[in-house]
Amino acid sequence: MSTPRRAGNDPPWVRRILIALSLIFLSLFLFLPLIAVFIEALRDGVSAYFMAITAPDTLSAIRLTLLSTCIAVPLNVVFGVAAAWAITRFDFRGKSLLITLIDLPVAVSPVIAGMIYVLLFGAQGVFGPLLAAHDIKIIFAVPGIALATTFVTFPFVARELIPFMQAQGSEEEEAALVLGASGWQMFTRVTLPNIKWGLLYGTVLCTARAMGEFGAVSVVSGHIRGETNTVPLHVEVLYNEYHFAAAFSVASILVALSLVTLTLKKLIEWRGLVARKTAADLEGEPGGTPIAELAGGEQETSLRPVERGSTVPI
Amino acid sequence: MKAIPAPRRAPLLSRLLLKRRGVLPGFGLSMGITVVYLSLIVLIPLATIFLKTSTIGWSRFWEIVLSPRSIAAYELSFGASFAAALINAVFGVLLAWVLSRYRFPGRGLVDALVDLPFALPTAVAGIALTGIYASKGWLGRWLVQIGIDAAFSRLGVVIALVFVGLPFVVRTVQPVLEDIDLDQEEAAATLGATRFQTFRRVTLPALWPAVITGFTLAFARALGEYGSVVFISGNMPMKTEITPLLIMTKLEQYDYAGATAIAVVMLTISFALLLVVNRLQAWSGRRVSR
Repeated sequence: MSTPRRAGNDPPWVRRILIALSLIFLSLFLFLPLIAVFIEALRDGVSAYFMAITAPDTLSAIRLTLLSTCIAVPLNVVFGVAAAWAITRFDFRGKSLLITLIDLPVAVSPVIAGMIYVLLFGAQGVFGPLLAAHDIKIIFAVPGIALATTFVTFPFVARELIPFMQAQGSEEEEAALVLGASGWQMFTRVTLPNIKWGLLYGTVLCTARAMGEFGAVSVVSGHIRGETNTVPLHVEVLYNEYHFAAAFSVASILVALSLVTLTLKKLIEWRGLVARKTAADLEGEPGGTPIAELAGGEQETSLRPVERGSTVPI
Repeated sequence: MKAIPAPRRAPLLSRLLLKRRGVLPGFGLSMGITVVYLSLIVLIPLATIFLKTSTIGWSRFWEIVLSPRSIAAYELSFGASFAAALINAVFGVLLAWVLSRYRFPGRGLVDALVDLPFALPTAVAGIALTGIYASKGWLGRWLVQIGIDAAFSRLGVVIALVFVGLPFVVRTVQPVLEDIDLDQEEAAATLGATRFQTFRRVTLPALWPAVITGFTLAFARALGEYGSVVFISGNMPMKTEITPLLIMTKLEQYDYAGATAIAVVMLTISFALLLVVNRLQAWSGRRVSR
């Protein structure tokens, strides 16, 4: 969240030129593509638009996307909370290595993310013969899509929660224990309410990426229409078959989703900031909680607290 | 006299790893979930790539990795990613400056939309950019008249990569600009420096770590990018084929050995970049906080 500090420093003509340059740059790369999606989508008229987004193949793509999201996101939320708890509340050997390993999936190209599962579970893969013997399909089927989605969204919740929980410290949890709470009571009544904004933020980012993933899912899906096509893959199929208006119509659903994501993100940043400011005021501590240093070294800045916005490459 | 009972020993995992025992519970459980899940989803699958490579044999491996088509793909991936990250570095600083220092109508909206490339599925970005920059598109038709093919060319690859890397520099530089003490700039101005001198000599040095971090993040992201590029690049081998696409092509031809060998090269570079980013962020974090 940003507020301009002083606008009076630069002469007006400098300001105008710089603002104009930024807006031109953003128009070329952001605004025009965004508008183009909706205009191309409506090229054949409103009824064609609704035909495209309610076609059976589109609906089955939406169902599959929701299904794989519903598998990947809860898994990564549980993992994120567990990892953040272990990393921010205990001091152990190999902590910075663990943090780097959690970041790994972000650095891996989506195509490679899909490929590793083909190497494991594909027909010629490590477990290929075993799976074929028991007639289990993972690659070119739903489990593979869910796995690939889980891989690419793996670090999102953990990466948001770690700096968030680090900043909060563990005093309140320790107090709850001393006052006789059980571990579970402490977690549900102290930890969860404290981390809810960070958790929600990570979950939103994780969900957005899970629904939009293309490269990794493309490798494992096999592009079977109506069966293993997620929404982004369906966009590709329609586009490559020269059904441009239909492709852009389906794409417009994804654009709308990403705009919802951005709105939620801003809202949570704002709410989280307000909540934490009030807490800081109550404690008479202007400026909020200082970010404690992560034990184990220099990792603390690779993960940003919520109010600064995220640098996570979705 | 009763014997004093032996103190209950901590579980094995805690004894092995913990440096100091606190009062909080759940170390074994949370650490267990973390390590098991990390191994199952990330580490073991990634290890199969290296396992598979070892079955190819050295000479075959080098033959695949150094083939002219692979080299052309690396050159394009590196060149285009570098160019895109450079463009993003320049305009990222400009955007961060404008967003943090000036007030203008629509500033909040622009600030929110900068994150769009993080949230927009890459396939959508790909078809949208192609629609605009193709020879019949809104911008493409003008560019064609002055002899520039913006889509289905190397320039198209750069355009897509500028889009996916756009938020990185803005989001690393913006908080630094907002935290900077304006006293220094004012002191420079009082001492007779022009506005541009102040920017170059006072502000820019403070921004460098963040700019370089953002540049590296954008570069790393661009190297692995697939979805937005395939639509706009035209995918001609030796000309507009990026490395992830080469892997994809080999996978579709069931050439798993070939795909794996090239993936190993890319993974090694990505891991190196991840380490560089970690060091850089530590460095820029220190510069910002002190």
